[in-house]
Amino acid sequence: MAEEPLPKMIKVYIMGKEYEVPEGLTIMKAMEYAGYRFIRGSGCRAGFCGACGTIFRKKGEYKFQTALACQTTVEEGMYLTELPFVPANKALYDIDELTPSPQTIVALYPEIARCVSCNTCTKMCPQDLEVMDFIQAALRGDIQQAAELSFDCLQCGLCAARCPADIVHYHVGQLARRLHGKYISPRSPHLKKRNEEIEAGTFTEEMETLTQMNLEELKKSYSERDTEK
Amino acid sequence: MKIPYYPGCTLKSTAKNFENTTLAVSQALDIELIELPRWNCCGTVYSLSSDDLMHQLAPIRNLIRVQDMGYDNVTTLCSMCYNTLEQANQLVKSDPEKLEKMNSFMDREEDYAGGVDVIHYLTLLRDTIGFETLPVKNSLDGLTVVPYYGCLLLRPEEVSIDNPEAPTIMTDLLTALGATVIDHPYKLECCGSYHTVDYKDVVCEKTFSILSSAQERGAEAVVLSCPLCEFNLDFRQKDVEQELVPMPILYFSQLLAIALGINCDLGFDQHYVNPEPLLKKKGVLR
Repeated sequence: MAEEPLPKMIKVYIMGKEYEVPEGLTIMKAMEYAGYRFIRGSGCRAGFCGACGTIFRKKGEYKFQTALACQTTVEEGMYLTELPFVPANKALYDIDELTPSPQTIVALYPEIARCVSCNTCTKMCPQDLEVMDFIQAALRGDIQQAAELSFDCLQCGLCAARCPADIVHYHVGQLARRLHGKYISPRSPHLKKRNEEIEAGTFTEEMETLTQMNLEELKKSYSERDTEK
Repeated sequence: MKIPYYPGCTLKSTAKNFENTTLAVSQALDIELIELPRWNCCGTVYSLSSDDLMHQLAPIRNLIRVQDMGYDNVTTLCSMCYNTLEQANQLVKSDPEKLEKMNSFMDREEDYAGGVDVIHYLTLLRDTIGFETLPVKNSLDGLTVVPYYGCLLLRPEEVSIDNPEAPTIMTDLLTALGATVIDHPYKLECCGSYHTVDYKDVVCEKTFSILSSAQERGAEAVVLSCPLCEFNLDFRQKDVEQELVPMPILYFSQLLAIALGINCDLGFDQHYVNPEPLLKKKGVLR
């Protein structure tokens, strides 16, 4: 039996120390290969949870780059680290007591008025969001635009870590989306209708039947279910 | 005509009435204001530290957005936005080294080539339509007003939209609309600006001297072009300790909309002293 070829090893620098790691690993896997163990700063490992925001630099370049450690593969000569957490200020509020007025966001996060439009946040975003633009939208009270532009934010916090004005963009975006969801976007008529059906008992009998089934019956019922084409 | 339009943050919130009336007026005059598809705060206050380039990024980035649209000019309404954009523009036009440094920093944008002209809306009206040829349908005859320029339309001289010591642009406009315009010595006085946040009493003092002087000369309302001046002269009236007859403060665009007979929301609910009773009493508003 032919032996599987060994993966090519590349040199990386983790917190300044040189390691050899197999090519093709993600930053997170490469650090684990080198012996690091993540208790915090790792989550879904699929690019959705935003826990593993990281900063790195490629060999021969002067610029810092950012990424999610679980989504970016290592390259020869990379300088790596991981940022377990951004200790950013988060405003406390009761969403039910807020109003979606142009001043709501700036009242809770007055530091957004310190934005000088340097755009460093945008350059740092691993999701390629127009971060500065959503902060500017929030500053002028355009909650809808702030919510829409920040929609794909994973809350990794890299923007805040690099902001010279100490703005916490990801929390500002989250507040905008909450205000938008609660007060601005139209209510779903389908949800209202379905809730009424549930309250009227339309599905009670079906639910009862399901809860009485044993595992085999459930499996059979599942494999024979109606599916959307 | 078509021209890019930079609104600025305040025009989207506390000075929405300034924007709405100007948009309605522009439509009637066939001036198509194309709002910049992307824009950020103008920078709010022009930074006077000559090497403080970080604070020049905001205005220059907006001029890059204009350049991206394929235009070489932009108009704006707010006096402060006008002043900040134009001062920053002149700084980089006269200092290629600073411009290069900023372009190198803003490396995700096209370089700013220094080819955009910033035009205040009053200048645009005067130079493209002409005040004398405005289609006035509802003369402001009977209304006595004073124009108030404050600082930002006129100072420093390099960015002034008119003679910085003896401006007439608003007088000319208001006279063309049929109003009686009287001169007053405080038309160039600073309103106290951002002292309104931490030193309310400074602004109240200013508001009192500006408004009482105008009233003594027979003015019934003040006309201006700056949302911060508007706030200070209008809303600070409630904090003025001396006796002062409540005085309406209007944006020039509101009087323009009325004089041109445009049916639009004048936004009087955004004022502290409601101008409506005065305008009705004078027969300017029905």
